[in-house]
Amino acid sequence: MIENVSRRDFFRQAGALVLAIAAPDVFSQSAAFEPNAFVKIGPDSIVTVVVKHLEMGQGTYTGLPTLVAEELDADWSQVRVEGAPADARRYNNLFWGEAQGTGGSTALANSWLQLRQAGAAARVMLVAAAAERWHVPAGEITVSRGVVEHRGSGRKASFGELAASAATQVVPAEAPLKARDQYVYIGKPAQRTDARAKSTGTATYTQDVKLPGMLTAVVLHPPRFGARLASFDPFKAKQVPGVVDVVPFSTPATNGIAVLARDYWTAKKGRDALIAEWDEAQAFRLGSAEIMAEYRRLAATPGARARKDGDAVGALAGAAKKLEAAYEFPFLAHAAMEPMNCVVALRPDGCEIWNGEQFQTVDQAAVAKLLGLPPAKVRLHMLYAGGSFGRRANPRSDYLLEAAAIAKAAGGKTPIKLVWGREDDMRAGYYRPMYLHTLQAGLDANGELLAWRHAIVGQSILAGTAFEAMLVKDGIDATSVEGAANLPYAIPNLSVELHSPQLGVPVQWWRSVGSTHTAFATECFLDEIARASGKDPYAFRRALLARHPRHLAALDLAAAQAGWGKPLRPGHARGLAVHESFGTVVAQVVEVMKAKEGVKVQRVVCAVDCGVAVNPNVVAMQMESGIGYGLSAALSGAITLREGKVEQSNFHDYPVLRIHQMPVVETHIVPSAEKPSGVGEPATPVIAPALANALLALEGKPVRGLPLSSQGLVLA
Amino acid sequence: MIPISVNGNSFSVDADPETPLLWVLRDYLDMTGTKFGCGMALCGACTVFIDGKPARSCTTPVSAVLARRVTTIEAVGNLRVGKAVQEAWIAENVPQCGYCQSGQVMSATALLSSTPQPTDAQIDAAMGGNICRCATYPRIRAAIKRAARALAENPPA
Repeated sequence: MIENVSRRDFFRQAGALVLAIAAPDVFSQSAAFEPNAFVKIGPDSIVTVVVKHLEMGQGTYTGLPTLVAEELDADWSQVRVEGAPADARRYNNLFWGEAQGTGGSTALANSWLQLRQAGAAARVMLVAAAAERWHVPAGEITVSRGVVEHRGSGRKASFGELAASAATQVVPAEAPLKARDQYVYIGKPAQRTDARAKSTGTATYTQDVKLPGMLTAVVLHPPRFGARLASFDPFKAKQVPGVVDVVPFSTPATNGIAVLARDYWTAKKGRDALIAEWDEAQAFRLGSAEIMAEYRRLAATPGARARKDGDAVGALAGAAKKLEAAYEFPFLAHAAMEPMNCVVALRPDGCEIWNGEQFQTVDQAAVAKLLGLPPAKVRLHMLYAGGSFGRRANPRSDYLLEAAAIAKAAGGKTPIKLVWGREDDMRAGYYRPMYLHTLQAGLDANGELLAWRHAIVGQSILAGTAFEAMLVKDGIDATSVEGAANLPYAIPNLSVELHSPQLGVPVQWWRSVGSTHTAFATECFLDEIARASGKDPYAFRRALLARHPRHLAALDLAAAQAGWGKPLRPGHARGLAVHESFGTVVAQVVEVMKAKEGVKVQRVVCAVDCGVAVNPNVVAMQMESGIGYGLSAALSGAITLREGKVEQSNFHDYPVLRIHQMPVVETHIVPSAEKPSGVGEPATPVIAPALANALLALEGKPVRGLPLSSQGLVLA
Repeated sequence: MIPISVNGNSFSVDADPETPLLWVLRDYLDMTGTKFGCGMALCGACTVFIDGKPARSCTTPVSAVLARRVTTIEAVGNLRVGKAVQEAWIAENVPQCGYCQSGQVMSATALLSSTPQPTDAQIDAAMGGNICRCATYPRIRAAIKRAARALAENPPA
């Protein structure tokens, strides 16, 4: 096939990607039709959509192909999905400039125009091919469900029949997009493309990769963050039959020892037999209680200003009524079902990596630097990820570097599969940071909210990373204050201050990032204020949201569907919360019930405004998933440190949500014609405050920290 | 060499007898549908059948299954109930990340094999050992009920 490079060229224009005009004299000699970087049509009529974003559960391999299928008028059954290679020029995240990667609930939102245009361009070329073959005007040709048809003459063709000649057509400079009322798939619940493979055990994850000669690496990490390997004795590990090698490794992120064997169990036995001495002079040695004590001291001092409207201090001094509260949050592990892992094969001229790849451009650069290669020589294969929740987009590429360093230390001759056990995954760091929020409110004599003073204390996720220059301004890490600095409520005197202490504990974004704590602190405090002023929490919020119609619409929908205000049976209570994150507004009403075994979370009514809901079923799945993930952390999620050592290790001491704890979830989508925003994260931060507000209504006692288990609240 | 029977086939593996069945399946027999999640029988991702009963393969030494029949996700679809469960899983769009779902399908198949019309409490009890971090639990529940209906409507010939 003659590579038609110009046809594949995309250029940025007015913030959108459009197909470049191709040289008209270039022909394809293959029957495959590849009009652009995202669509391939074979002679068998199979439409392969190249997806540039990681499928980690959130539905990208369904939602993104839907956009192509819609404008191509393909039949959903002929659509297949292929993960894109690392190539930031073609597959960058349009919201991230030149970088390729998945995160911030952007996958569908940044692809909305790009993939519809890719599908529409392919359709125009198929139609042109049919017009040429049948000698009829293109305007008389229709396409529906994968069939190209000229009604006047009764002629029909499949995509496959037209693929070869479509490849010779001019790529349109601009292909018209459908009007909303012409949508066949958008707004409808198409089947997930990955459901069958994932229900039959045939989907391939990194954990399942096996290459000729490959060795499995099981590692010993430092006992404390910041400790360095001083010396080790590999003798006992090498005595384990089947252990092939024992190698120390060091990366900019960590260091340790790897034991290599043909299988995991042998390597693990070898790892468990290692004897190591650690230099802990620079190691982190504080415990969670000491960290929180320091945070309380910091909160009482002036911080960096994230927002200042009016004069909160002055208004508080003159307020008729004052309230204050402090909310505490622990470190959280992501605890994806598939513990972190990575396969690396060093080649004479580069390096090949198989991974649940979420951060292509960052990982390529980091691995290239470690191995002394140009970034383009680091080839990344993006496989299904067994969950991530943020963990696989690590700004320091921690586990990829570890795998690459081990492959290099082992001599580079054999591919290496790094496999972390659950304990390694839970103790290697990169947690949602601990946070403390202190809030003060001032009300006038009529109960009007005049002043809001908010201080936030917690580690910056971005400090020391490549993102610091972009996202940390004037001492404010945007991810520490998101959801608090943009509080939507109309309060005339409002201040938000931030303290970003530096600790030696590795931290990272965790599904919904700053909103994981800001939503809880702000929405719980608002309920405390409403209660203190004798107002209904729903009516109280409505009055303060007059300038935020999307918040109001979501709140109204959730309240109406949940029957807010309707009498409840004794022992039942409701709580609500509303929060915007990643451009999506979510409101939830939680109903709890007092049972013999404890309080039970019965039902969650969730309203979401995410713009156009491309696949309402996937939207509902992500609301359910976000609620379950947030509820899990709210009930019992906590990583705690004792003298710098992580106290948790596996699911017995880091319990996660199980089926009997999952409430009924009803999702309602706010009708919208706006461009889509993400749904992977925005349900997560809302459930904990909505639940805490229901518990406040039930018991009359505010919840001032998470998890609930640390507050003496055990839910059935 | 250790002789074992998996999905009706006999194998001989050169493994330490203490090696958990999970790693024999994955690393010796290249059957990677059964997943590793915790290594302590806490998450259920590694669930297989031993003589038709669900078991956690990550804590079952291969020496414990010598004269027994092992069934994995690779063959559960050959069983009437397993097939119905998998079709219900697809129809309800249960999987998200999907990593736990092999274990979920095995546990659900075991449940419906012994309890054709399970109550919610019976579903909770049978599925309580299977963690899903994507919280696909509502759809797991719906899919079990869908499979139960399908099996009742189409009894074995």
